[in-house]
Amino acid sequence: MLTEPYRCVKWSAKGFLFLLVFFAWHAVFAEGPQSTPSIFAPASTPASNIYELSLFVIAITGGIFVTVGSLIAYAAFKYRQHGQDDTSEPAQIYGSAQVELAWTVVPVLIVVVLFLTTARMIFAIQDAPKPKSALDVTVVGHQYWWEFNYPRLGIRGVNELHVPLSDANHPTPTFLTLLSADVIHSFWVPQLSGKTDLVPNKINYLWIDPRHPGTYVGQCAQFCGVEHAKMLLRVYVDTPDQFAAWVKNQQQPAVNDPKVAEGRHVFETQACMNCHTIAGTAATGRFGPDLTHLMSRETIASGATTNTPEHLREWIRNPDTFKPGSLMPAMQLNDQQLDQVTAYLSTLK
Amino acid sequence: MADSTFPVPGALEAAPHGRRWSQAAFLAWLHDWVVTVDHKKLGILYMLYSIFFLLVGGVEAILIRIQLVRPDMHFLSPWVFNRVFTMHGTTMVFLVGMTYIFGFANYLVPLMVGARDMAFPRLNALSFWLTFFGGILLYYSFIGGYGLYGASSAPDTMWWAYSPLTERAFSPGHAPDYWALSLIVTGFGTIGASINVIATALCLRCKGMTLMRLPLFVWLNVVTSFLALLAITPLTAAQVMLLIDRYLGGHFFDTQAGGSALIWAHFFWIFGHPEVYVLVLPAFAIANEVIPVFSRKAIFGYPAMAAASVGIAFVSLGVWAHHMFTIGMTSVGNTFFVLSTMLVGIPTGIKIFNWVATMWGGKIRFATPMLFCTAFLFQFLIAGLTGIILSVAPWNWQLHNSYFVIAHFHYVLVGAIVFCIFAGIYYWYPKVTGRMLSEKLGKWHFWLFVIGFHVSFDTMHVLGILGMPRSIFTYEADRGWAPWNFVVSIGGFIQAIAVLVFAFNLVHSYFKGRVAGNDPWDAWTLEWATPSPPPAYNFAEDPVVTSRRPLWDIKHPEDPDWRYE
Repeated sequence: MLTEPYRCVKWSAKGFLFLLVFFAWHAVFAEGPQSTPSIFAPASTPASNIYELSLFVIAITGGIFVTVGSLIAYAAFKYRQHGQDDTSEPAQIYGSAQVELAWTVVPVLIVVVLFLTTARMIFAIQDAPKPKSALDVTVVGHQYWWEFNYPRLGIRGVNELHVPLSDANHPTPTFLTLLSADVIHSFWVPQLSGKTDLVPNKINYLWIDPRHPGTYVGQCAQFCGVEHAKMLLRVYVDTPDQFAAWVKNQQQPAVNDPKVAEGRHVFETQACMNCHTIAGTAATGRFGPDLTHLMSRETIASGATTNTPEHLREWIRNPDTFKPGSLMPAMQLNDQQLDQVTAYLSTLK
Repeated sequence: MADSTFPVPGALEAAPHGRRWSQAAFLAWLHDWVVTVDHKKLGILYMLYSIFFLLVGGVEAILIRIQLVRPDMHFLSPWVFNRVFTMHGTTMVFLVGMTYIFGFANYLVPLMVGARDMAFPRLNALSFWLTFFGGILLYYSFIGGYGLYGASSAPDTMWWAYSPLTERAFSPGHAPDYWALSLIVTGFGTIGASINVIATALCLRCKGMTLMRLPLFVWLNVVTSFLALLAITPLTAAQVMLLIDRYLGGHFFDTQAGGSALIWAHFFWIFGHPEVYVLVLPAFAIANEVIPVFSRKAIFGYPAMAAASVGIAFVSLGVWAHHMFTIGMTSVGNTFFVLSTMLVGIPTGIKIFNWVATMWGGKIRFATPMLFCTAFLFQFLIAGLTGIILSVAPWNWQLHNSYFVIAHFHYVLVGAIVFCIFAGIYYWYPKVTGRMLSEKLGKWHFWLFVIGFHVSFDTMHVLGILGMPRSIFTYEADRGWAPWNFVVSIGGFIQAIAVLVFAFNLVHSYFKGRVAGNDPWDAWTLEWATPSPPPAYNFAEDPVVTSRRPLWDIKHPEDPDWRYE
């Protein structure tokens, strides 16, 4: 019984040390995009700034933890009752103005330091000036997918955000304007920046300047309904050449291949066109994702599954296979129509 | 143990106990409990209600942990999962958290201030039954109503029910209605009970019980009750506005008609943040009684402890938007709420230091209540430090709505509050039932719970750092979150076993426990001066106190407390 508090201390301390070691490991070895979107593997200025600030905060809070934790452990261990029959009462001490003043003043000083450091970082990230070379993207959150509009490039992207690499010599940060079409969502790609909510009737901003090319993952971070968990985000950081090529392709009208005219006919005569746009056709719906360049994307259903013809066909047949609760209805097409529509959509490079 | 010689002839009421069962006797017994206005019976009812819903909320937690034990589980559908985690949060905060407060306060405040009942006994009964039926209404949603989207009509919009997700366009059916209506009802119960606690503690104090001699337990409950009065009203107002939106064509939060999603968030967190302190201050209240008694020392720095509680309550009214750092406030707005939030750390730090100083130089007896309180000190320290971490707004932009936040507030709600509730139950159970809880089972309960707790919630911090957002019914297999989630779930099961041990202990000891006597812990506050369980009138003669520890004065006439006041 005597060692119980001591064990408790040991346990907590071990857990804490373990966490620290784990974090350190991640921070040291992670560079560039990871499949695990750790906030300690930053790849963009806002995320890096936050990471550096977090190390400072960990040092302070860790110091407090070790100091106060050892005091608690020491008191619990040292002043335990020795033997059940030792029933004499210890000296009664009611307080001490000096001691109490001391442990009020020290926390005040710590708060001042932490506050000033934090305030500086808030302004540095949130009020960062926007350079002329910045790319503008308007993000619109939908239940449960992302719309990425590039107003100056005339591109309407979906679910997979393409941004250019930014380096110190040629900074091309991306400034995101965040909007919502329905409920509150939150844009979170941990390696690139903190999250910011997409609030209906409110305009929010966020910026990133990724340093390593590759695919960064994230997802919606504000509960937005049934399929919140499958509102995944992918950010493709392209080299300048890749980005230019991507932009060029996205600016083309939809491929119009006469071999899949039946599929296009099905698309244009069924309810598909009420919700989806395919540039250059009669389909101009805005409720669902733009499909003009559907096949340029690696995933469908906001990342719920990979973009292959089989998945596409199954998705059109019954979206609940991949994403139960998705707002796209099962279209009740027959097998022939499904094949035709899938063949048509598969040409939309 | 020194027997109190306080002049309380409890033998006056030696009511004969008929053990024979008959329907009439049962109905009489039931009737007695339903119509009772006795603060002790209502306190017991509150506690039973709280423990019952703790078990229910625990089952929901286990369902969540089964679903998340590995990626792409199909144990629960997304509809059911969303209802389960919404109900878990709502239950734990409103039906467990808000009722344990009044369980302890009802039972103990009149005894501690030397009163015979609460100030308004009938209001007390009304408050309990409002809370009771509010809880029933909330759970009726599982079977009642139409609009069965998925599993039932249980609320499915998280416990903070952000608009416009709760508007009719996005939540057809009745789920948000059940959420809003039942919490309005329990909210009225809370307001009634709070008024009662304040009036009792301020107006019914026995002779000699000045405000500076009030046990800290009572002090903190008074502060809690003031805070509850201030916090519940904006929530109720917002819920009424939501219902107006849904049924009377209002547009407060209806963004499609120009309403504001932000207003809901502000209303909710103006309630929601003080609410955290409404829940945690009564836990501190318990620690304030348990730690001195088991350290065998007077509480260190009584005036500072009382002042720190008032300070926490005051500052907590100005920190709500730290739940909204990501919602798009200005940089100046964010900075303000960083400062106000960090300020909470100062009075909270004072409390921790004072508790440690109370233990310092004592002779600590590690009976089960003290074990829970010692673990509470550690866990509350960590919870406070992760709170500081979350108050750093830029870091909060990363951590907000991640598993790190879940870990943080479970450290507060479980690591601090539930641990103190258990400490309080082990401490006062002998007073309430006349029998001791089994120490052996208590130790099992403690060690299983503390291990399960750390396995679960320490690990959750890591998941947050690794970018796992909260309230997702499943996660991608390639994210590297699976092993961590597995560990969290294992911890959850260990905690469940611990709680079952506790439940068994409660029932078993009621019949088989060692008889406690008036004062089994050799304690110092007035409730230990009456028999266990206390008679209906509490004290045969109105007590007169001369210091903060009336029973200390009686037990140690050579060195009474009043000399040092």
